[in-house]
Amino acid sequence: MSRDISYQAVMARKNEIMKASMGIDYDVYKTGKLAFDYERMMDDCGFTTEDIVKIQSSTKVGNTPMFELHNLTEAVRKISAPGKGARIFVKDEAANASGSFKARRASVSAYVAQQKGYKGMIAATSGNYGAAVASQAAQRGLKCIIIQEVYDSKGIGQPEIVEKGRKCEAFGAEVIKMSVGPELFYYNLLTLEETGYFNASLYTPFGIKGVETLGHEVAQQIRAMTGKDPDAVIVTHAGGGNLTGTARGLLQAGCKAQVVACSVDLSGLHMASDNDFNRKSFTTGHTGFGVPFATWPDRADVPRNAARSLRYMDDYMLVSQGEVFYVTELLSKLEGMERGPAGNTSLTGAVALARELNQDQIIVVQETEYTGAGKHHNSQLSFARKMGIEVRRGDPKDSVNGKSIIIPENLGQVMGHRQDMDKLRMSYLKNAAKQCDPSEWSQVDKEFAAADVKKDIKWLENALKTL
Amino acid sequence: MNTIKSGTWVEIEKTLLTTEQRAPQVPDDTKKTPYLMRVAGFLVSDSQLNDEVEVKTLSGRLIKGTLKVVKPHYEHSFGDTVEELLDIGLVGSKI
Repeated sequence: MSRDISYQAVMARKNEIMKASMGIDYDVYKTGKLAFDYERMMDDCGFTTEDIVKIQSSTKVGNTPMFELHNLTEAVRKISAPGKGARIFVKDEAANASGSFKARRASVSAYVAQQKGYKGMIAATSGNYGAAVASQAAQRGLKCIIIQEVYDSKGIGQPEIVEKGRKCEAFGAEVIKMSVGPELFYYNLLTLEETGYFNASLYTPFGIKGVETLGHEVAQQIRAMTGKDPDAVIVTHAGGGNLTGTARGLLQAGCKAQVVACSVDLSGLHMASDNDFNRKSFTTGHTGFGVPFATWPDRADVPRNAARSLRYMDDYMLVSQGEVFYVTELLSKLEGMERGPAGNTSLTGAVALARELNQDQIIVVQETEYTGAGKHHNSQLSFARKMGIEVRRGDPKDSVNGKSIIIPENLGQVMGHRQDMDKLRMSYLKNAAKQCDPSEWSQVDKEFAAADVKKDIKWLENALKTL
Repeated sequence: MNTIKSGTWVEIEKTLLTTEQRAPQVPDDTKKTPYLMRVAGFLVSDSQLNDEVEVKTLSGRLIKGTLKVVKPHYEHSFGDTVEELLDIGLVGSKI
């Protein structure tokens, strides 16, 4: 009997495909109409931190260097008020096997897939994660299929995305290159069903547990280098896994650093628009993922998302494309480190944040990513110009997404701006209310929702009145 | 027409969803375009460009589609010179 492969039919089979492709029954964690037992779901993975460190060190993941950026810190101090200009450190996650922190996220999934006897792994991703899954799969003798949104309807692919696809192929993966649209998930399900491979979704407990080691390492390295804890750890934020995993690792290590999200502000551009697709110079780390995933994590490709960023987020900074390109260039010229621009999103936020903090305080930028042809700010700017985007020096505040990229004239113009956290929390509650009317929420549901936005029940009760 | 030998590394294109079959939440501009996939693989039998063919992919799957590119390769680069970047952060310059 042949399967019905229409969009509607495949989406309707989502739950059964998920169960077969991961071996996780999400239904058992349900505790209310809205609530589920998040910690139990995470614990049921059955891995201690030591287990994960062992898994990761066997496939060239983790234990990446931490560097203090003395010259950048000095430059920031020159433009800051007296006494201001925190020390900036960066964790060089580009040193992982696949060139980004995503190797941590793929490592546990690959281990589980191998243990459970799956023949291969599948992931739908914009890129770095695909390379990570491909790299981990290669090391564990698993086949790998990466499904990637690459081209607009004219067949034009953004250089960064093209490079990320190349890297997946370099590790032996089959790369399915898609035109623009959310149906990526449809084809993902279809391929999981056809092959019986393991679903290496970004949002499983395995993926997030894999990032917890990053938080542990940050705490340990900063303590060893400075004798104290970092004051803030700033995280490039998209789907929320980087922030969630890092924050959980910091907490497990007893580190109380503020966890600050940072995304490139791409407001005004529609992420599923064919026209807008090649008018943006960032393919991840931007608000197009960062805001929707923070305000409703369960929109992910698994029934319950293990990446729940608002649970752990203390602050959220937004930066412009031009600001990130400027700081990426400065990283090369001042610090002698050439790294990919998307990973430098949080570095850009750190420059702005450092000006607000005292000189004895410490900010950790918790990732870098590899760079190369296509995955480079010069490639991105050159391509943007070809797409009709105006590129110039000036005040980045004047830039208009999809029309212009304005590279700061000086470091003083790298300011970023704040995302309103309470607005995000209210947006989360509105999304939760769409799932189930708050009048029907039990005490368990309320406690879950409050924890999911890092607030207490009292705050939640008041917030629900104004919904 | 030149025959492309079986076993050649090629890229095919396949329409997964026509404009009518696309997901309901797709914005209007995207909905006007079919949902396409491209994949590279080894050509199963001798064919010509734009033929409907079958390829064996790197994972060993057999996929049918239109033969679009023979020996697909990557040409992405560091791009044209972006002069706006050149003087950022030079030694001795004001930052």
